[in-house]
Amino acid sequence: MSETATKVIKIEVLRYRPEKDQEPVWQTFDVPYTEDMSVLQGLQHIKDDIDGSLSFRWSCRMAICGSCGMMINGKPTLSCQTFLRDLAPGPVRVEALAHFEIERDLVVNIDPFIKTFEGLKPYIIPKEERKIEQGEYLQTPQQLEQFEQYSSCINCLLCYAACPQFGLNNGFAGPAALALAHRYNADSRDGATAERMEIISTEEGVWSCTAVGYCSEVCPKHVDPANAVNQNKVNSAKDYFLRFLTPRGGK
Amino acid sequence: MSNYKRSNAPIFWLLFGAGGMLSALFGSVLVFITGLAVPLGWIFKPQLLSYERVLPLAQNWLGKGFLFAIIALFAWHAVHRIYHSLHDIGIHTGALAKLLCYGSALVLTVVTATQLLSLGF
Amino acid sequence: MSNVNKTTSARRPYRRPMAGWWKRDPFFVRYMAREITAVAVAAYAVVLAVGVVRLSQGEAAWNGWLEALKSPLSLLLHLALLVCFVIHAQSWFEIMPKTMPMIFIGGERLKPQTITRTGWLAVAAVSVLVFVLALWWQA
Repeated sequence: MSETATKVIKIEVLRYRPEKDQEPVWQTFDVPYTEDMSVLQGLQHIKDDIDGSLSFRWSCRMAICGSCGMMINGKPTLSCQTFLRDLAPGPVRVEALAHFEIERDLVVNIDPFIKTFEGLKPYIIPKEERKIEQGEYLQTPQQLEQFEQYSSCINCLLCYAACPQFGLNNGFAGPAALALAHRYNADSRDGATAERMEIISTEEGVWSCTAVGYCSEVCPKHVDPANAVNQNKVNSAKDYFLRFLTPRGGK
Repeated sequence: MSNYKRSNAPIFWLLFGAGGMLSALFGSVLVFITGLAVPLGWIFKPQLLSYERVLPLAQNWLGKGFLFAIIALFAWHAVHRIYHSLHDIGIHTGALAKLLCYGSALVLTVVTATQLLSLGF
Repeated sequence: MSNVNKTTSARRPYRRPMAGWWKRDPFFVRYMAREITAVAVAAYAVVLAVGVVRLSQGEAAWNGWLEALKSPLSLLLHLALLVCFVIHAQSWFEIMPKTMPMIFIGGERLKPQTITRTGWLAVAAVSVLVFVLALWWQA
């Protein structure tokens, strides 16, 4: 027996259709909802039954793909994980993820993140060649703990929407990219810390961070990027002063 | 690969950190004593800050070191934060802001050092 | 035919302004309050530096500086400075754990709250120490 929706909530969406809107404009929709509905489902209702032109990204509906990040009542959050019952009586204000350029409606251009992210080499680069016969890498639980939380990142970019330094300068590497660089630096299997340090130690690497800390507040996976970034200020400072003593190229 | 420009931020950040730690630990109690308690005659005798009691402190190596550290590091901490806050609120005077901020910390450092040394031992 | 491979993009990305960003969320307001305390730290450094200069100018100049500290304006200023320094200390130890790598004590990871609390204990210890030293020195 399906639930009949008896409640209606207003969802205000910041629309932007470049072919006809000079600038973004708010549009209000009356959305019938049930206790179990997420904001994402509210948006899907709008697209299915009210206005098919509404554009937004989504995929897994369970907070693991990182596609549905947006500003809900001014806070960066995953729409699949935010429930209309918690925002009642509304209205619910939905806007594209902050600090990124809006392409259309709730879809943003995430190129600034992708570019730096790729540059930071977010993959294991082994210290030395390893043959199959040598078997798998062995790690102690403590070695795993060094990087495990940072590997939880789903690239949802809520932290970028939270970071005012990224908002002021899209060239800043940003929380997730730096947290992921740290994830690999801290992995005992990896040997490319020096390579990543080249970007980490630039003005737009860790040194644009002013430890606001909001990134860690909004992270849905508790990665704590603020910790990763600020830890690397210490590493970068060590590298800066000790570079004259040790040879480059190792971990 | 090496067309990445390494930032010189670590120097100023370490000064910022040292000053921040020192001001977090010592700042409140020093402000209370010098700025409120002694002027108002609370808890301490007024002669605590008298010339006779302060001069020997400042003539002593430890006293000089402490005073210099407090004044200089407080200054370096403050200007680093102020410079970045200017950027935060949208003031982007770049090199000029850097010169004014860090320059004034340098001036304060030099003035304090010379004055402390001139007090003799 | 020559226009087959030419397409004009319909894209017109919109950049939202950052002006007043720090007013948009209580978290940012608290961040700005933390940053503003730097002005207080700078002001007190200047007050002390002036004191050092006056000290080197002799007893009369020093006493002038002491008198200035007793003025209502100075007292109000130092009250404001005190508030700022407390906010600075609180926010400093709140953010300090973020700058530290993982520390393991007896197999357990050191919690950020423990680091913050240790910072506050250090403030208390230092304050007591300064008080005791001052009481001893004034004699």
